[in-house]
Amino acid sequence: MLKKWIPLLGAAAVCGSLSMPQAAKAETLTLCWAAWDPANALVELSKDFTAKTGINMKFEFVPWTSYADRFLNELNSRGKLCDLIIGDSQWIGGAAENGHYVKLNDFFAKEGIKMDDFVPATVVGYSEWPKNTPNYWALPAMGDVVGWTYRKDWFERPELQKEFKAKYGWDLDAPKTYDQLKQIGQFFQGREIDGKKVYGASIYTERGSEGITMGVTNVLYDWGFMYDNPKKPYEMQGYVNSPEAVKGLEFYKSLYDCCTPPGASNVYMVDSADAFKSGQVAMHMNFAFTWPGLYKDEKVGGKRIGFFPNPAEKYHFAQLGGQGISVVSYSDKRDAALKYIKWFAQPEVQAKWWKLGGFSCLKAVVDAPDFKTSQPYAPAFLESMAIVKDFWAEPSYAELLQAMQKRVHDYVVAGKGTAKEALDNLVNDWTEVFKEDGKI
Amino acid sequence: MTTSHETFTDKAAQAVVRATPEPLAARVRGLSDRAIAWLFIAPTITLLLAINIFPLFWAIYLSFTNYRANRPNAVVQNVGLGNYSRVLNDPDIWASMQTTAHFVFWTIVLQTVIGFALAYLIDRKFRGHAFWTTLILIPMMLSPAVVGNFWRFLYEPQIGLFAYAVSFLSGIPTSEIRMLGDVRLAPWAIIIVDTWMWTPYVMLICLAGLRSIPDYIYEAAEVDRASNWRQFWSITIPMALPFIMLAVLFRGIENFKMFDMVNLLTGGGPGSTTEVASIALKREAFEAWATGRSSAFAIVLFVAVFGLANIYVKILNRVKQR
Repeated sequence: MLKKWIPLLGAAAVCGSLSMPQAAKAETLTLCWAAWDPANALVELSKDFTAKTGINMKFEFVPWTSYADRFLNELNSRGKLCDLIIGDSQWIGGAAENGHYVKLNDFFAKEGIKMDDFVPATVVGYSEWPKNTPNYWALPAMGDVVGWTYRKDWFERPELQKEFKAKYGWDLDAPKTYDQLKQIGQFFQGREIDGKKVYGASIYTERGSEGITMGVTNVLYDWGFMYDNPKKPYEMQGYVNSPEAVKGLEFYKSLYDCCTPPGASNVYMVDSADAFKSGQVAMHMNFAFTWPGLYKDEKVGGKRIGFFPNPAEKYHFAQLGGQGISVVSYSDKRDAALKYIKWFAQPEVQAKWWKLGGFSCLKAVVDAPDFKTSQPYAPAFLESMAIVKDFWAEPSYAELLQAMQKRVHDYVVAGKGTAKEALDNLVNDWTEVFKEDGKI
Repeated sequence: MTTSHETFTDKAAQAVVRATPEPLAARVRGLSDRAIAWLFIAPTITLLLAINIFPLFWAIYLSFTNYRANRPNAVVQNVGLGNYSRVLNDPDIWASMQTTAHFVFWTIVLQTVIGFALAYLIDRKFRGHAFWTTLILIPMMLSPAVVGNFWRFLYEPQIGLFAYAVSFLSGIPTSEIRMLGDVRLAPWAIIIVDTWMWTPYVMLICLAGLRSIPDYIYEAAEVDRASNWRQFWSITIPMALPFIMLAVLFRGIENFKMFDMVNLLTGGGPGSTTEVASIALKREAFEAWATGRSSAFAIVLFVAVFGLANIYVKILNRVKQR
């Protein structure tokens, strides 16, 4: 019986040995990320990497709604699907402490990649854990921040400008304060433009993942909301639920009540962009990654669209988005993955990344003299990236996020209780999480 | 060779041995009939143990620990009944149970009443009744994901047909009809969709019940000059009752664990208005990653459904025996 198999096994061994050098040449890296416009730009960009190294790239893109679920499950189960991952900024704490990402300090030192070459906020936001310490777990890959777009063509209509000035006493233009933002929202709410009923603004209200938290924090920072006492970490009483933060949350609800389209009770990135693209709203809150696509849009893009950073109140901040690229520690292709990061960090690759629609975090790109004029949204992006602030990036960020989603959605959208109660409850929830973590 | 003591599996095993080609049969001959029987059912038993039984016992074990699936390196500690105590004292979890109870109660009431009424009409065998039966059954054949998505569009205040129809009939502006965004309307929005989708299922079971009633009973009632109303209450309802109760049981169990449609329609919102137990459980398990606590929650749900279903089945059996 065995005799029968010997020639077959021999043939298989010969075939195997013959194909081995080829297999080494055709090594394939899998990069995991969200399914969105910048991911398509990265596919295009990565062709250069394949051409240069012979390493093929495979991509695993998951829609935003299941992005966290899918990839956190993958990391927690120590899966080998992803060799490289562009993980959300808030994952960094958990990924570092649970050993999901490869620490990159030695690699950066060996390859001469300096974190000083990147925009500081992105290094803190996407790469460092613990924050503000030189422990790097990712290379800043995709800068992103919450900002606003507006219908420039509507704002420039003489009859609307005249009516607005008469009503509010200032020229209709991109708002600089929240009062102005709300006035513009109220002005456009329910107005008929070109025979179509339009509304003031589209803001984040989504309940399922992180939507409403990203929108609310984006506003609350400016009113004085802080995650904890800067001098005593994890002391949240009086910071999360300070009177200023309460006012900020009340403002967000008032904006939701006065100025959003009917039924906008579960809106995040895609729905918000859709509301703007379909000509429903005068202004729309969204991450900057949507801007290139909106600018190219035939109906609302080009001269019809304008971009502005978050308005200011007592302070001036904006919610950080974006991600860093990391090597997954369970990957069998760690060397090839590091090669990709080395290639991606090069200034010429970063310049092309911006050109293709990605948002580079490299100073050489964003500080270049022609950067501000390179795209109409570049000035708003630069200004916004200078004022970013991020949500907790603790290992228990998921619980912290879920608590905030519930508390603020209950108040803003469902109208349950008061802003003070919502933030007081949030402090209780967060305190419990940190107690369980042994941090309090 | 066969004796009256031989079981069905023994006979089956012998039949297999007889049907097996000689070399294999020769080898199999060394095994007892019982061993062969086990050989055949082993894959199924293994799968059952791996997919159903093991996870259940594993979840019971986890429910007594502080395990978190997103902290694989953390030390797992026994917390005794801590998770159960927390689950049973959590007002948010009780709120989600209330939401579930509201949803289950109203969907069952509506589906049973409408489903039985439709079955009663279809049972009349009017002209074209086969066509109407098929038409009525269509919603139940659709995927819940599809149903959830298209009802989301139907409920859209600005472009949705539902809002337009209600506005047309009531004169309320469409922008005021926020079925999924209004805390008062959202629970009813999901009840309407579930009723639309699953009433045909209840109708089918009720129809089977109605068709199982022998005609001679009605004929005897007519001889006794019983009115249609009397026949309905004294013959139709009592004889169809076990079927109706069966439909209620199936729909009750299904709706107690309802997830997909609610998730697609409202995601549990606005706020936590439509956060049924399964959505709350998913959030606890896969968003907050409180694996130990969510396991305790799942066990509590399992015991509740299992207990209620058992009581219900006992009542059903009594009704059938009458």
